[in-house]
Amino acid sequence: MAASSERSPPPFPDSEEPELLEDSDEGADAFTGTSISEMDSPSPDSTRPPKDIFNEPPEDIFSDPLSNINPEPQKKVDTKIPSPSSDEAVDLFSEPLDDDSEVMSSPEVQNPMPDLLNEPVEAPKSDVLCEPPVHKNAARQQDFFEDPPKGSNNSSSSVKKAASAELFGDDEDEEDLFKETPKVVTKKPQPSGPPVDVFTEVKSDVKVKPQVKDDPTDMFTEEALTAPAQKPPASSSSSSRTNGVHSEEQDLFSEATVELSLDSPLNDRKKKDAVKPSLSAPAASVASSSSKAPSKTLEELEEEESEDKFDLNISVTNPEKVGDGMNAYMAYKVSTQTSLTMFRSKTFTVRRRFSDFLGLYEKLSEKHSQNGYIVPPPPEKSILGMTKVKVGKEDPSSAEFVERRRAALERYLQRVVCHPSLLQDPDVREFLEKEELPRAVSTQALSGAGFLKMLNKATDAVSKMTIKMNEQDVWFDEKIQDVENEEQHMRKLHVMVESLVNHRKELSGNTAVFAKSVAMLGSSEDNTALSRALSQLAEVEDRIEQLHQEQASNDFFTFSELLADYIRLLGAVKGCFDQRMKAWQRWQDAENMLQKKREAEAKLLWANKPDKLQQAKDEIAEWEAKVTQYEREFERISATVRKEVIRFDKEKARDFKRQIVKYLESLLNSQQQLIKYWEAFLPEAKAIA
Amino acid sequence: MVRSVSVDLNNDASLVIDIPDALCERDKVKFTIHIKTTLSSFQKSEFSVPRQHEDFIWLHDTIVETEEYAGLIIPPAPPKPDFEGPREKMHKLGEGESSMTKEEYAKMKQELEAEYLAVFKKTVQVHEVFLQRLSSHPMFRKDRNFQIFLEYDQDLTVRRKNAKEMFGGFFKNMVKSADEVLISGVKEVDEFFEQEKIFLLDYSSKIKDATAKAEKMTRSHKNVADDYNHISGAMNSIAADNNTAFKKHLEKCAEVFEKLRKLEDRVASDQELKLTELLRYYTRDIQAAKDLLYRRARALADYENSNKTLDKARLKGKDIAQAEENQKQCLRKFDKLSESGKKELTSFKARRVVAFRKNLIEMTELEIKHAKNSMSLLQGSIEILNSN
Repeated sequence: MAASSERSPPPFPDSEEPELLEDSDEGADAFTGTSISEMDSPSPDSTRPPKDIFNEPPEDIFSDPLSNINPEPQKKVDTKIPSPSSDEAVDLFSEPLDDDSEVMSSPEVQNPMPDLLNEPVEAPKSDVLCEPPVHKNAARQQDFFEDPPKGSNNSSSSVKKAASAELFGDDEDEEDLFKETPKVVTKKPQPSGPPVDVFTEVKSDVKVKPQVKDDPTDMFTEEALTAPAQKPPASSSSSSRTNGVHSEEQDLFSEATVELSLDSPLNDRKKKDAVKPSLSAPAASVASSSSKAPSKTLEELEEEESEDKFDLNISVTNPEKVGDGMNAYMAYKVSTQTSLTMFRSKTFTVRRRFSDFLGLYEKLSEKHSQNGYIVPPPPEKSILGMTKVKVGKEDPSSAEFVERRRAALERYLQRVVCHPSLLQDPDVREFLEKEELPRAVSTQALSGAGFLKMLNKATDAVSKMTIKMNEQDVWFDEKIQDVENEEQHMRKLHVMVESLVNHRKELSGNTAVFAKSVAMLGSSEDNTALSRALSQLAEVEDRIEQLHQEQASNDFFTFSELLADYIRLLGAVKGCFDQRMKAWQRWQDAENMLQKKREAEAKLLWANKPDKLQQAKDEIAEWEAKVTQYEREFERISATVRKEVIRFDKEKARDFKRQIVKYLESLLNSQQQLIKYWEAFLPEAKAIA
Repeated sequence: MVRSVSVDLNNDASLVIDIPDALCERDKVKFTIHIKTTLSSFQKSEFSVPRQHEDFIWLHDTIVETEEYAGLIIPPAPPKPDFEGPREKMHKLGEGESSMTKEEYAKMKQELEAEYLAVFKKTVQVHEVFLQRLSSHPMFRKDRNFQIFLEYDQDLTVRRKNAKEMFGGFFKNMVKSADEVLISGVKEVDEFFEQEKIFLLDYSSKIKDATAKAEKMTRSHKNVADDYNHISGAMNSIAADNNTAFKKHLEKCAEVFEKLRKLEDRVASDQELKLTELLRYYTRDIQAAKDLLYRRARALADYENSNKTLDKARLKGKDIAQAEENQKQCLRKFDKLSESGKKELTSFKARRVVAFRKNLIEMTELEIKHAKNSMSLLQGSIEILNSN
């Protein structure tokens, strides 16, 4: 606009802000008019022509700022003489209208969307398949073991009666077994499983008893080994290991895949498409990959159901400093309230320190990350923040730090127990229930273990860069990119919200200062009524300052922290993708090795060295088995990651909505307060005389 | 709004002045002054003239220098147009054009236009109000220079002050300040002026402070509005890559923040116009009133000096008549200043109270209106989100 000779009042001719003209002030309209003719010929007569040519009613000023450029001068005279109040009247009328229309338009635009997108997607699915999840989500194990098979049988019985019959027996046995000694469970699959299997199974089962992890492990490894030979038994045996986890049904329904996915919405069809590429890959993967689609639908259904049935409330309260000096730490009260029978009582409370939370994460991460589970990350360590607390300064920033961490820990635990598989982990239960926990040692930021962890992370990062994965799966290809983008944008958004927090704090501070200044001005004012009004205004501004401050903390706790959480969670999601990539790499390495062994065998054949030939053949067999196993593992982890990511997306959408609504409610509350304050002030202003 | 600051300025239809148009040229702003009058001293009853900011300053200076008006509160000169803020933003916009998305750019541009327009309007208003203050005053409206300013149909081409004159003006101010200190020792003879002086000195510092604080407050409010805008943009870019239920929520939120930005922007600019601008104007007006007090105090000091000279002359027995004449003149001048000063200050007080009342009421009503709009926006959005 610094350009020379620009016609100014509408300096940007293409778009003008109408509100500004209408709203900001009554006098404003008087100045908006531009008359070119006036500028060019400044004689007194020049004002006449516009008047004659554009003989428009004065209302135009308010309705269309652009059009009134020329008629302005004459209008000016008309509207001004009466007195400013007439302008005002028109102004007031025109404005609300404008605003209303803005507000009104939004519901219209928005309404159809939710209906289109949300309902239809879930509805058809739930009709077909919703029973099993219902029971499962109630999470009462007895029910679960008796009922779901029936429910699931209804839909799949036509396909395989034999399997379902077995299922019944299996499940009833399982119930008993499960109640008495979980170890039986681990023994049971062994007869059917070849030696390779035993190793992996035992390993995981010894550590974690009737828990999530062993199910998928067993199921997949087992399946991997048995599938080529006999499919039905494999599926039934895998589902028999349903220890209160969800994923098992997928085999029950594997046969029903086709029908189901016909009903399933776009979302699923896309998944199926994504599956196709892997069909062209080694034949063995066909069975398991085709079973992915229905399992996913089930998964989604479960999420839907679990919303109302999930009865587990965890709160982290009463942060308390324990000890003195640099050895001091904060202890938190972790209270659980639940009707889930997996816990010994309905309510219980334990005290935990921050490192215990970290320790829980370490344990969970160690066990579940490698299998492709998204383990919610805890809040980060903050040496600076904690040192402040340790030093014991009672300043607001350390109080804020403590509250921030408390809230973050609470959200962390809630996310952990929200995960159906993690909830089953004995470490989670121990964390919630057990009076005394062994001190978590490896969580100190500056410990040797911490250093090792850092080293591991570094090597991980390096190896990640060296792996060039040739992505076969379109779904993963897209999702990995999406997550990457989302994380980036989320970071950007987080920065913006942080800046909002700061600016609002600044606004609060400046409002307080202004309030004081106005109070002083009021005390100097010699007109009694005006003096009174000014000191009232100072009081209003003081209250508004409070309001801004509260809002700033809402900005932070409800909005900014939510984003920080999700940035961390997206990091965990990326970690899952990395685990999958590692599994792929292992598989590829094995393939290469097998290739080498075969070449060696060929060479031996050529060189005619029968003595070494047998050894080479054995090695080939060994590596063939490994390749099959690693490939299975890769498929298993792919399926898990996929399921996890879908679950995560759903959780995220729900969580985000809930938090955003909460945040908007806080804004709403602020506005309501504002109205109250200003309405109380209005009579004071009017009383000035 | 400034019209409302100086209450009822155009209540007399015999000389109505407004500025319907202005033109921005680099660092110059050309205003079109439109005059409608029934006074016989003007040749025509309705006409327009082009004037620059410097012409206004010239008019103000000549009025200040006119001895006759020493007893009047001289309407404060309009401040120099300041387009630095939007200009700087414009610069930034130009630089960042390549790195911005189309929507971001359009949004920024729109914002800038709004801001520019606001500054522009404010500038026009303060110039207009200056002329209106003159035209509504029984003495100033008859001023010769004022008439020339209004009627001369060519460019006035008042030359800008050169460096020497600028320095001269600065020097004059220094002398005035020093003089103010000197004559502060003179004993006040009139209770009314003593009170006024105490009041104005105190009030002046308070209102200056309040203005600065109000400016700061409005600025940080604008920052909050800007943040809303950025948040809305960032949410939209997350939503762009998404195709789950999350997308819907984000888009809705982005829309809410976009609307909230507009509302908060208005709250800020209305505060600026109704409150900050009021305080700003009265900071200047009070300075004008203080200047009047200074001129009167100067006259009082002159009168006392002339008394002393007369006493000396009588003692020495020479130049008595001349000293007597001088003393009489000084007294007359002082009396005249006191009389008109009292009237001016009283009317100033009334004007200030009415202006504050009007602006505070208007600001409060706007605050309520905006808050109510925000409220219904938020309520509606929450309902929509919940119904998903």
